[in-house]
Amino acid sequence: MEIVCPAGTPASLRAAVKAGAHTIYCGFNDETNARNFPGLNFDRSEMRDGIAFAHAQGSKVLIAINTFPRAGDEALWHRAVADAETCGADAVILADPGLLAYAARHHPDLRRHLSVQAAAANADIINYYADVFDVKRVVLPRVLSVPEIAAINAETEVETEVFVFGGLCVMAEGRCSLSSYATGLSPNMNGVCSPASHVEYLEDKGALDARLGGFTIHRVGPSEPAPYPTLCKGCFGAGDKTGHLFEDPVSLNAEQLIPQLQKAGVTALKIEGRQRSRSYVAQVVRNFRNAVDALDAGMPMPEGMLAKLSEGQAMTTGAYKKTWR
Amino acid sequence: MDLTVGPNQFFWSADRWAGFYDDLAKSPVDRVVLGELVCSKRLPFFQERVPDAIATLIDAGKDVALTSLALVTLKRERKQTAALAEMGVKIEISDLTALPHLPKGAAFSVGPLVNVYNEGTLIWLASKGASRICLPPELPLASVATLAKTGADLGVAIEVWGHGRLPLAISGRCYHARLHKRGKDNCQFACEDDPDGLDVRTLEGQPFLTMNGVQTLSDTYASAAHQIEALTRAGVSSLRLSPQSKGFPQICDQYRQLLDGKSSGAEVASAICDIDGNIRLSDGFLTGNRGVDWSGMQPPDTPHP
Repeated sequence: MEIVCPAGTPASLRAAVKAGAHTIYCGFNDETNARNFPGLNFDRSEMRDGIAFAHAQGSKVLIAINTFPRAGDEALWHRAVADAETCGADAVILADPGLLAYAARHHPDLRRHLSVQAAAANADIINYYADVFDVKRVVLPRVLSVPEIAAINAETEVETEVFVFGGLCVMAEGRCSLSSYATGLSPNMNGVCSPASHVEYLEDKGALDARLGGFTIHRVGPSEPAPYPTLCKGCFGAGDKTGHLFEDPVSLNAEQLIPQLQKAGVTALKIEGRQRSRSYVAQVVRNFRNAVDALDAGMPMPEGMLAKLSEGQAMTTGAYKKTWR
Repeated sequence: MDLTVGPNQFFWSADRWAGFYDDLAKSPVDRVVLGELVCSKRLPFFQERVPDAIATLIDAGKDVALTSLALVTLKRERKQTAALAEMGVKIEISDLTALPHLPKGAAFSVGPLVNVYNEGTLIWLASKGASRICLPPELPLASVATLAKTGADLGVAIEVWGHGRLPLAISGRCYHARLHKRGKDNCQFACEDDPDGLDVRTLEGQPFLTMNGVQTLSDTYASAAHQIEALTRAGVSSLRLSPQSKGFPQICDQYRQLLDGKSSGAEVASAICDIDGNIRLSDGFLTGNRGVDWSGMQPPDTPHP
């Protein structure tokens, strides 16, 4: 199976390639990709150089252009697709049907993947995207169980890529406006969710409150770690209960499910975290590469390989196990 | 501009559901979209009543469409989606999954949960037969205006979210079931006691979101009452009103009077709050900094960051 690794910077890209990534995904430094954070992503010449470096080492590079183009301003997104082709990208990862139509028409030789932001969650729609836009691979939304992924693969020729490590979206991706409701910045339009610019920490009688957009969604005691206040992982009250009503502050780790995902016909394993440091990226990549190499060689999977990176942070296998729902 | 009533987002008993459409047949709305949007497990409870409701609404002169499910994952849901066309009325797609199942050449409408953010996607949907598109609620007025112009050029009517709790997110996980420590497959219909969803408060007790099974909505009821002139200027064809359990026919009357120039935005907003004293309003997605903002008088519970 192919390991698909994040790179938020040219240095991370090189680190991921050296650590054994089969494939890297990254984005341009503007609103065209869904990780539009300050100091992150690639300008055009960095992208060209990064792709040349990866290709020289036998790795592929995918460019995510997976926000939804703004009405009246689509040229920015069209230019990103054209530049991805010029830079030598192995594929573009797109979510917007209008942009897919544009890319298929104007850049027919540029391979197209369907972003998780398109939330294509069944074989009917995946096959439709393949028929209409000649999409070769789909990144599956994090709402599906392993048997459901196997059922999809049984009914489609389109390659599937699934998230195995990193942040966990608990809402169907590309269809969540929680962030723009509370902060005005949107994953779909601005490539931003629960942005740091709208976070406030307030101390009150020994407790530390975390607010997002003025809404207090987390509170910890003096010695407790304070998780970043992401809306869907916030602490809320409903009825007579208070707690993490949508999801706990956990991240995804499906390392132990890799053999099952392989049996389910998955082509590529995706690691989330373009905002992470290059040493983190290198370490995760090395571990996952070892795991799939062992699997390919018929050897047992290395156990607990990511324990160090997971220390102090709660992990879940998310929707891959049906009980999560 | 005219009025469209969108699909009920909540789980109501079959009697309440049918009674709602009987009342709606008498109300001054032009178009009604009905059916199950949020959770496929709810449909069997009122499915048998759907043909009668459609007939009643058509007899009353309403344009009627059936919605598809917003998130299709299971085989059963794919079958439900494919079978929609057999009902003999227009389909509103709420997930692109419904698109390949539509009868060839049939006109269809597009619900607000399909991501139509730009002209390219609007043009593509029009080429597939879309004749009406309700835009995603998070779009700002400037985008609405651009898309309404593209729609006018192509003969596609453009709607915007006019009233009701905003559909902010949908998930594979059922939050109502989770709250009751149940799984989605054994939910025992935990959402049926909350006809307008369950209030979700911040740690300071401030109303913020609303839980509705796999769906998450806003606490506030979006209202375009103060935006009617701007939306008219932008060329918007229709306002979408989203069903709620209290006073909905009166709410439809209020928006009708507003469109007819018989009352002001402030009067309508005030009348809506009189119908249900617990309602807080928002219209920030259109002209504010954030979706939760309100361009009218500041409701008491809105935060001031």
